[in-house]
Amino acid sequence: MSYDLKMRIWRGDAGGGDLGDYTVEVSEGEVVLDALHRVQATQAGDLAIRWNCKAGKCGSCSAEINGRPRLLCMTRLSDFDEAETITVTPMRAFPVIRDLVTDVSFNYEKAKELPYAELPPRDADGKRRMAQIDVERGQEFRKCIECFLCQDVCHVVRDHEDNKQAFAGPRFFLRYAELDMHPLDTHDRRELAQGAAGLGMCNITKCCTEVCPEGIKITDNAIIPMKERVVDKKYDPLVWLGNKIGLRNRDNDGRTEV
Amino acid sequence: MNASQSRHPMTGNEMSGAERGGLERHRYDVVVVGAGGAGLRAAIAAHDAGARVAIVCKSLLGKAHTVMAEGGIAAAMGNRWPEDNWEVHFRDTMRGGKMLNNWRMAQLHAQEAPERVMELEDWGALFDRTEDGLISQRDFGGHKYARLAHVGDRTGLEMIRTLQQRAVQLGIDVFMECTVTEVLLDKGPGDPRVSGAFGYWRETGRFVVFEAPSVILATGGIGKSFKVTSNSWEYTGDGHALALRSGASLINMEFVQFHPTGMVWPPSVKGLLVTESVRGDGGVLKNSEGERFMFDYIPEFFKSETADTIEEADRWYDDKANNRRPPELLPRDEVARAINSEIKAGRGTPHGGIYLDIASRRTPEFIRKRLPSMYHQFKELADVDITAEPMEIGPTCHYVMGGVEVDADTQQSAVTGLYAVGECSGGMHGSNRLGGNSLGDLLVFGKRAGEAATAYTRSLGERRPEIDEADVKAGQESALAPFAVEGGENPYTIQHDLQQSMNDLVGIIRTASELEQSLAAIDALKVRATTMVVEGHRQYNPGWHLALDLRSMLIVSEAIAKAALARQESRGGHTRDDFPGPDAEWGTKNLVVDLDSAGTGVDLREKPLPLMPDELKKYFDAPPVVEPVETQEGGKQP
Repeated sequence: MSYDLKMRIWRGDAGGGDLGDYTVEVSEGEVVLDALHRVQATQAGDLAIRWNCKAGKCGSCSAEINGRPRLLCMTRLSDFDEAETITVTPMRAFPVIRDLVTDVSFNYEKAKELPYAELPPRDADGKRRMAQIDVERGQEFRKCIECFLCQDVCHVVRDHEDNKQAFAGPRFFLRYAELDMHPLDTHDRRELAQGAAGLGMCNITKCCTEVCPEGIKITDNAIIPMKERVVDKKYDPLVWLGNKIGLRNRDNDGRTEV
Repeated sequence: MNASQSRHPMTGNEMSGAERGGLERHRYDVVVVGAGGAGLRAAIAAHDAGARVAIVCKSLLGKAHTVMAEGGIAAAMGNRWPEDNWEVHFRDTMRGGKMLNNWRMAQLHAQEAPERVMELEDWGALFDRTEDGLISQRDFGGHKYARLAHVGDRTGLEMIRTLQQRAVQLGIDVFMECTVTEVLLDKGPGDPRVSGAFGYWRETGRFVVFEAPSVILATGGIGKSFKVTSNSWEYTGDGHALALRSGASLINMEFVQFHPTGMVWPPSVKGLLVTESVRGDGGVLKNSEGERFMFDYIPEFFKSETADTIEEADRWYDDKANNRRPPELLPRDEVARAINSEIKAGRGTPHGGIYLDIASRRTPEFIRKRLPSMYHQFKELADVDITAEPMEIGPTCHYVMGGVEVDADTQQSAVTGLYAVGECSGGMHGSNRLGGNSLGDLLVFGKRAGEAATAYTRSLGERRPEIDEADVKAGQESALAPFAVEGGENPYTIQHDLQQSMNDLVGIIRTASELEQSLAAIDALKVRATTMVVEGHRQYNPGWHLALDLRSMLIVSEAIAKAALARQESRGGHTRDDFPGPDAEWGTKNLVVDLDSAGTGVDLREKPLPLMPDELKKYFDAPPVVEPVETQEGGKQP
């Protein structure tokens, strides 16, 4: 049950490149990464691909398949017609290193700017207590495998290189939301999210949610609630009035603003 | 790359072309090779102890194999069962390893794992909770009590992300996509001591030298030498090989764990792990006749603690006090062998596996909640809905118990300044590792190694070992050799042949004649590897990277096959068809592997096990450490 698959694979480096045509034998149940590996082993030993687990767990093999940001290891060939040519190109939002491998250091730089969890001391018996229902909100965001497909697809940076400076991107809005929803965390990072991370630049087109291989509802469950919390603090006229006359919004009581 | 590009485009590191030898050089107190759980924990510990520390890893940060760990971290926190404590965990670990473990490592691990888990929570990890809000603990094979702290079935991801975020928060330097190919030594006068490490940037192919008196190997396992494996491409035994070539020893290399449940279909994902949690949460194994066959495979050693009827096994999930564990939750070596036998006897599934059924035993909601990534994995990759139909599974090469022989308290190898932690170290798990004990191992011994390495570096003051520039030059020549060959062989072909040989001849069931064949095959592959050729240039060239990794894979494979041939008994992860039972005499010794005098192969020697002190012996029912069996020599042995 094998057939010859026609592929177009982008070959090149920072200086430029082009799509190359390859025909490779593939069989039932295989994914795009299998086909690429076979090209690598039999026709192009130096074809650069970044991958690790081949199980959709590490988020290394992100690329664009027929123009759509996807994981190479989780895209099954059976999703395509056997006669169809599959085109694989590197992620567009990041500079190419070689072939399908891009320089994703943008994400690691942004990660260095992120806040971190700050928990109070443990309980008297040396343990901590949180309710399952409360940790589940953060757990959804911690399913993130850092494939950076959401960063790749986000038009704020995909089409506007100059925005990268001021915009952390959907992957890191997840982190802000996760910390904000952590049941024991003691910091209030709403100013930071709006200011340093550029949360306000997101205009909720939900492209990130659409490409997330983990099915995290990035926009609905992380970005929009974060935006609402920022708005509550900054723009709500009642809160503004309350602040003026000395009444405080108690939502973030006990949290230290950073 | 032209000379004017002086900054590394990926990391911003300076490519110091003007330095001695035109090489990029860095000076650290401690260099950690590998960024999985063990490497990250070691780096954090070294940083906390005041060291300047660098992490050097083959992949991007956060992608290491730890990310694939599913089930949980074994730690006797007693959140579900107050009766649980380090002594019970210690006993389970030793019994799971068939008493071949380094008792001190097993003890330290059991004692320190709970605090290491709590630290992760301090740093932001969000574990699943009990009804009382404590960290939840789940059942796993070989553990007497529900003991594995977990996050659904993606515990490894939570662990690596927590450690990664902590390391970034602390500002630890990380050299990503950078492969270490040599540990550098100051050869004297006096005993050789570590002086640094040498490697190359995958991205540019340029070389880099790290000057450091302490190098911690945390490179993981060797699974990529086998065809059917749950391991990622990085698992090429780099740390094992680096240690051997530096003069350190490996122990227990014959013990390779075949996880009982890997996917068998489609072929593209054959070997991919199916977590033991499926069985911990109620899943059962059935053959093609629909029979729960594990009841036929309960060994004498575990009889007293294993249910012998379906009724008792099923009652256990709710009432552990009055029932014994289901046989599906025997240690991994037992279950893998049983599955192998059933398939061999012709009672396998259409794709050559066995059925793992949770669909008929738990509600779809329960399954999706407890096993979300398994649900996702089967749905996406095999079109199987595990809430409605059974999975097809079979054994897959998963873990190597063997590794660098280290001091239990400090993780230092026989070479001063060279440490090994996690899967690339040996001793902790004996002949068979219990599920959940690897994540604990990474944390406990990662921290210990980081602290010990820092203390050692500090003790040197300014009198640090020196790098011999001739070694740096030799490292460059050796790494570039595959480019100089004309008309040689493709490294992908050699890797493929090695994987096939190891799978066929050094797999789950072994026999002398096949092991001898495997050694001949490895010898032939070693010859072919001397004339490997790679196409293209040095920039992000996977063919070249594989050619270099293959050197490690070959020497480690030889170590495994040689040790497997020598150990004439069956124990834990080592099963000999020609020596089917454990042997009391073999139960008293380790096999130690050293580099041979030519430097191209390995030599074996026997070494007595470290003796367990009397106060720990009391945890094991009277003398018989292995059950009485018929040995080759005949007669019952204790």
